[in-house]
Amino acid sequence: MINKIVKTPAIAVNDIHDGATVMIGGFGEAGSPIELIHALIDQGAKNLTVVSNNTGSGNIGLAALIEHKRVKKMICSFPRTANSTVFPELYNAGEIELELVPQGTLAERIRAGGAGIPAFYTPASVNTPLAEGKESRVFNGVEFVLEYGIKADFALVKSAKADRYGNLLYHATARNFGPIMCTASKTAIVQSKSIVEAGEIDPETVVTPGIFVQRVVEITNPAHESELVANQMKYPW
Amino acid sequence: MVETGKKIGWDRAEMAQKVAIDIPDGSYVNLGIGIPEMVADFVPEGRELIYQTENGLLGMGKVPEEGKEDRELVNAGKKCVTTIAGASYFHHADSFSMIRGGHIDVCVLGAMQVSEKGDLANWSTGAKNAIPAVGGAMDLVAGVKRIFVITQHVTKKGVPKIIEECTFPLTGKQVVESIYTDLAIIDVKKDGLFVREMGPNVDFDYLQKQTGVELNQYNK
Repeated sequence: MINKIVKTPAIAVNDIHDGATVMIGGFGEAGSPIELIHALIDQGAKNLTVVSNNTGSGNIGLAALIEHKRVKKMICSFPRTANSTVFPELYNAGEIELELVPQGTLAERIRAGGAGIPAFYTPASVNTPLAEGKESRVFNGVEFVLEYGIKADFALVKSAKADRYGNLLYHATARNFGPIMCTASKTAIVQSKSIVEAGEIDPETVVTPGIFVQRVVEITNPAHESELVANQMKYPW
Repeated sequence: MVETGKKIGWDRAEMAQKVAIDIPDGSYVNLGIGIPEMVADFVPEGRELIYQTENGLLGMGKVPEEGKEDRELVNAGKKCVTTIAGASYFHHADSFSMIRGGHIDVCVLGAMQVSEKGDLANWSTGAKNAIPAVGGAMDLVAGVKRIFVITQHVTKKGVPKIIEECTFPLTGKQVVESIYTDLAIIDVKKDGLFVREMGPNVDFDYLQKQTGVELNQYNK
């Protein structure tokens, strides 16, 4: 019998190893799998390469993972947000690497990684410093740059509803990078607001088919990043 | 001469309104972070515009009433929004298929600098301690048919943002169609920058002095 449900976030992230590449879903706090990230901080893996659109806020979630020096390198599109202080400090001190990627290129690199496409050409970043040193090619008179697919060892993703097969539904704009990150990682770990019986999710509405998901853990009352930041919370509590 | 003591130019809401007037009925529109977000408040009567936000929503509505915010229903600036009837959600790769694939008609972006040729710089000053943050801007300028820029005419220190060549790293080359500032609406043409409209109490000489490159007038 297939049953991808695990009991706790700690069990779900138990085998994330030092030096792993970890994709973390979320666009700001929308879709950020905060309980899984906190479990990863407790677990202790270090020298991680993290692929995520932002670099977290305050001293919780992804920002806390970075603050505890677990992240060697960030691959992201927008490391500068209102309450983001941890990443800029470490970056300016030369203690964390940054690979800055246009947001659409980041999304497509993840999609390609999950779809068995090693590389692709995109018009984004042509004639900018982000295209320097990259192969380029002209198609129909327009220049494009070569970008490579990204694969990860693990993905941490947040969903709204899941079943034991790993079929997922998301909530509003919390979907963002979740579906493509599940496809691009060897082990996609999902925290879901609810887990329902197989068959309760209408096959017509499934967003992420279960084949792309390896573990599901139920977190019925996930923390709100902005509330934690407003209350100046720090993880570990 | 510009008379002192009078309001010079447009405020941010008026700038956003000027942009909204120029977006054709039925357009799919992506709005960038900052003043562009305000464009959604000024859709002219009788027109229907569909707003796309890069983080996975087509059919973005107005700001929610207080107490009705959903922190997982946000725009590109991570502010809470609502959906209109007929809206749809999608993941990031689909969102940028809309953007890069040429399906979005108009994009309104902020700017640090715009050049005479329509080059745009809006992601990094290139300064040593600046944290570069590009977001979706490079994909937008590469894939969206019409790029409108909305920006203050000069920086807070009074330095012109409309100049001969951008000194900051580029977001895209020759991508801007029109520039909407607090002082004027300026079109980027092959033979230079042309002033289409000037704000209240702004005259051409004053405008030229606030601009780092030669401006042209349509009727001369």
